[in-house]
Amino acid sequence: MSSLLDYIKKSRLIGVLFIAALLALWELSATLEWISPMSWPRMSSVVVTLWELILSGELLKELGASLWRMFVGYFIGVGLGVLVGLLMGSFRVIYNLLEPITEFLRPIPSPAYVPIAILFLGIDDEMKVFMIAFSAFFPVLLNTYSGVRGVDPVQLQTASTFGVKGSKLLWQIVLPSAAPYIFTGMRVSLAVALIVMVISEMVAASNGIGYFVLAAQRGFKVKEMFAGVVTLAVIGYVLNRVFVAIENKVLAWHHGSTQQQKN
Amino acid sequence: MAESHYIGVQGVHKAYTGHGRTTVALGGVELHIDRGSFVSIVGPSGCGKSTLLQIMAGLLPATAGDVLLEGRRLTEPPPEVIYVFQQYTRSLFPWKTVARNVAYGLENRGNLSRKEIAARTREYIGLVKLDGFESHYPWQLSGGMQQRVAIARALACGPDVLLMDEPFSSVDALTRVGLQELVMRLWRELGLTVIFVTHDTDEAIYLSTRVVALSKPPALVAVDLTIDLPHPRDQITTRELPRYLQYRHRLLAQLFAEEGLPSEAAGVATAVLAP
Repeated sequence: MSSLLDYIKKSRLIGVLFIAALLALWELSATLEWISPMSWPRMSSVVVTLWELILSGELLKELGASLWRMFVGYFIGVGLGVLVGLLMGSFRVIYNLLEPITEFLRPIPSPAYVPIAILFLGIDDEMKVFMIAFSAFFPVLLNTYSGVRGVDPVQLQTASTFGVKGSKLLWQIVLPSAAPYIFTGMRVSLAVALIVMVISEMVAASNGIGYFVLAAQRGFKVKEMFAGVVTLAVIGYVLNRVFVAIENKVLAWHHGSTQQQKN
Repeated sequence: MAESHYIGVQGVHKAYTGHGRTTVALGGVELHIDRGSFVSIVGPSGCGKSTLLQIMAGLLPATAGDVLLEGRRLTEPPPEVIYVFQQYTRSLFPWKTVARNVAYGLENRGNLSRKEIAARTREYIGLVKLDGFESHYPWQLSGGMQQRVAIARALACGPDVLLMDEPFSSVDALTRVGLQELVMRLWRELGLTVIFVTHDTDEAIYLSTRVVALSKPPALVAVDLTIDLPHPRDQITTRELPRYLQYRHRLLAQLFAEEGLPSEAAGVATAVLAP
């Protein structure tokens, strides 16, 4: 009996059970109509709607459009963030050139840029991809810069005693050494990209999951609206898990050595 | 150039400027090193031993003076000279396995095929007795093993000169003995020239054919001893030889005098071992 208690304490089962309890409460509260069913449908009916939307292919079509925008924007933002971060970390003059403008632009919440982006890029994919890339850029930039500045000079000297110099130093030493920082930035950017994707689709779009949720709400299709939000939760969860799995594989050496230092 | 001037350190000065003050670490060091010798550099802590070694490696520019390798002036790290760092935990690349670390120098020589690199990597991993650890990462190894990886990596690309900066200062006493034997064996087998910085005079005498003691900054060569002890050397009996003890006396007296430590011998240091 005590071993079962121990198991419950240690495992994540308790967290899963908590979610199940909240879902049951949702079902109960909707069935007993504590809140108007107009805005609070039963959980089971949302699941049925979600299933129908998947079967009809409608949801996957919206999701496909959204994820396409998100990934194009995300990878452009990450690529530029790493590139500029490497340059800022390697060359003092580039740091001095770009640091003030970075500090000026970075604190402005991304949604505030949407009206400007619409003015210049319209309401099509270009605007959304730009917004996502722009928002994903800064976390990667700052973390890459920190990573480059944190490269151990002994490692650079080691490479140089083996005759390695110039851009080879960047590829062979700086980039792998800064990789743990870059991944931290990429993970933050992934969450930001998801948020900006939804916002930009809610502001101006004719498809995508953000548009779908907002359109459902405006059309009083409350079950569809909830189904869309649940889909976003699942997507966010899956993306993060995939990201962590990739990070654990690429940075296995890093997790091993930091674990070692703690012991 | 004459064989006796394989490596020439000519009037090397090094000054650091920081916080509005200039500190002179090296005050015009003159040193000529023969091919195939094992030269240790000792001196009080902070005397610029490591600075001198880094200048000899081409890793640090001298403020004045030159380092010549076979008569050529050094301007960048020369391919035939490899530097082994004191901080092996930081010098090994943590994202590379043992085998990939050892192969690093070879891969950057650019004139070897994959097969040759793999063969040489295996050979040098065997030479430092790390067979079976090829796919381990540095953090999975003990300190002594990590330093052996660093030594294998340095030797794999076939250098003529090995510059070692207090390479055994952070391992335990027994591991240290093992590493001393390893380096001495490799020096003899491979015909290397080794320049070895240490703060341990016993280690210096035991390993070397010549020991150079630097003075306090601005450092100059204070003592230059040829160590005439027979090879092969033995960790126990060599250290009991009268000549060994005389060298030890001479060097410790010098160091103690520099540091202002009390010793009866300090005052009469120059009387001992006068040729």
